[in-house]
Amino acid sequence: MKKTIIRDTTLSILLFLLACLFLAPVLIVLMNSFKGKFYISDTPFRFPDQTTFIGLKNYTEGVAKTGFFNAFGMSLFITVGSVLIIVLLTAMTAWYITRVKSGFTKMIYYVFVFSMIVPFQMVMFTMTKTVNMLHLDNPVGILLIYLGFGSGLSVFLYSGFVKSIPLEIEEADLIDGCTPVQSFFLVVLPILKPIAITVAILNVMWVWNDYLLPLLVIGSEYRTIPIAIQYLKGGYGSIDMGAMMAMLVLAIVPIIIFYLFCQKYIIEGVVAGAVKG
Amino acid sequence: MQKSLKRYFALFALPTILVFAVIFIIPFILGVYLSFTEFRTVTDASWIGLGNYIKAFSNQDFINALWFTVKFTVVSVITINVFAFLLAVLLTRGARGTHVFRTVFFMPNLIGGIVLGYIWLLILNGILMKFDVTLTFSATYGFWGLVILMNWQLIGYMMIIYIAGIQNVSKEIIEAAQIDGSTRFGILRNVTIPLVMPSITICLFLTLSNSFKLFDQNLALTAGAPSKETSMLALDIYNTFYGSVGWEGVGQAKAVVFFVLVALIALIQLAATRSKEVES
Repeated sequence: MKKTIIRDTTLSILLFLLACLFLAPVLIVLMNSFKGKFYISDTPFRFPDQTTFIGLKNYTEGVAKTGFFNAFGMSLFITVGSVLIIVLLTAMTAWYITRVKSGFTKMIYYVFVFSMIVPFQMVMFTMTKTVNMLHLDNPVGILLIYLGFGSGLSVFLYSGFVKSIPLEIEEADLIDGCTPVQSFFLVVLPILKPIAITVAILNVMWVWNDYLLPLLVIGSEYRTIPIAIQYLKGGYGSIDMGAMMAMLVLAIVPIIIFYLFCQKYIIEGVVAGAVKG
Repeated sequence: MQKSLKRYFALFALPTILVFAVIFIIPFILGVYLSFTEFRTVTDASWIGLGNYIKAFSNQDFINALWFTVKFTVVSVITINVFAFLLAVLLTRGARGTHVFRTVFFMPNLIGGIVLGYIWLLILNGILMKFDVTLTFSATYGFWGLVILMNWQLIGYMMIIYIAGIQNVSKEIIEAAQIDGSTRFGILRNVTIPLVMPSITICLFLTLSNSFKLFDQNLALTAGAPSKETSMLALDIYNTFYGSVGWEGVGQAKAVVFFVLVALIALIQLAATRSKEVES
């Protein structure tokens, strides 16, 4: 009995130390965001004191320099818009290609699956040129681009789920006089809810943090948060560390809030997505 | 069902398929074709056969990037999976606060690559300053910096998947092994690990492809410095396209090689670990 208590305590202490190690980098950035920019690189592990503390100056300067709030709005718009489109349209597509069995739908399914292993660099240049020609290089067009790149994983996840729904349910609707449209929105979509949450979460995590795609497509005119942060790195590798720390904090805070509110869904969604993927 | 739904192709399937074709399928085919041509803007391509591939493989930056990426991937995949599995074992012992610890360990995974890169730039430079050097002083520092960053980011993610796998192992099997006199370590090796093989498959797949395709973290932490010694493949391809004029064809050839490598690794790894999975 005593042995187990000792063992449990050791385990808890060990885990506690590890947790500190995991949180430390974020807390160090937070602490440095209140220090003058020339003190940050020299003494990053020291608390701010009377000489180094400068209040919110880094924040005001950083926000002005990067246009952070515009970038935040742009990130929010792109993430919410593209995830809504992906969650709805790929559900419809996955339902169709799973239920209508033909050589064509089978082939389309495999092309979707195939697209998941193709690295972005493979199509980066040609895709950028294509969307420029089609004038999709704006904040609305990019929503469609995300649909294009997000559809592989999303269709794959939905299809796996649709296969597990008994066909009788949908056939019963049909006999009751439902059109496929009614059947989809009134019956199938509510059944798909758990996997839709997974699809939404995986796509939010991807789109919100994505850097290269928005940079290439709309980066010359608009900034998302990752672009705004990378922008702080001027030519010749010089970085305004004060503004950088403040912007890192502002970039992390919304993610942490989102995480704390939707934690259960996020962790379950990630597991479900990984197991199926 | 099929018959009535079939008429709704234009509503249900067409929008996604159309967008997918324009954004992915056409650029993909065009990309493969362009890798055999010389071009500046896609429309002015002239066929040159394997010229771009020969240039790519005789390009020292590309070969360096390839080796750097391979070394980085091997080291990160091993370290991330070992640490994640150990953490998962610790967190399934039923200690107090397990839930809170799980939340904390997973958190870094939600932070984007660019932000992660700059967080670790501060921390690592702060530590290295005690030795009067910086992260970009030598490629070795950049290498281990990236490994540490990747571990911090992905351990929690993989841990979550391992926890789900371990919790699926039924209590009866463990108890049976205990009655048969197995040691703790024996149970772990002979019962738990074979039964969580599906989780291992997934985690290896995710860590392999994430490490091999790494871009944002690489760009933010070292941007390839010193010179281009810490450039990974994705960054090298990006720089070939956008860093120098006249190298678009070579960039596209590098991208095709990159794609083939990623696809091969994924297929070989899935086949290898799938064959080790057992039914419980």
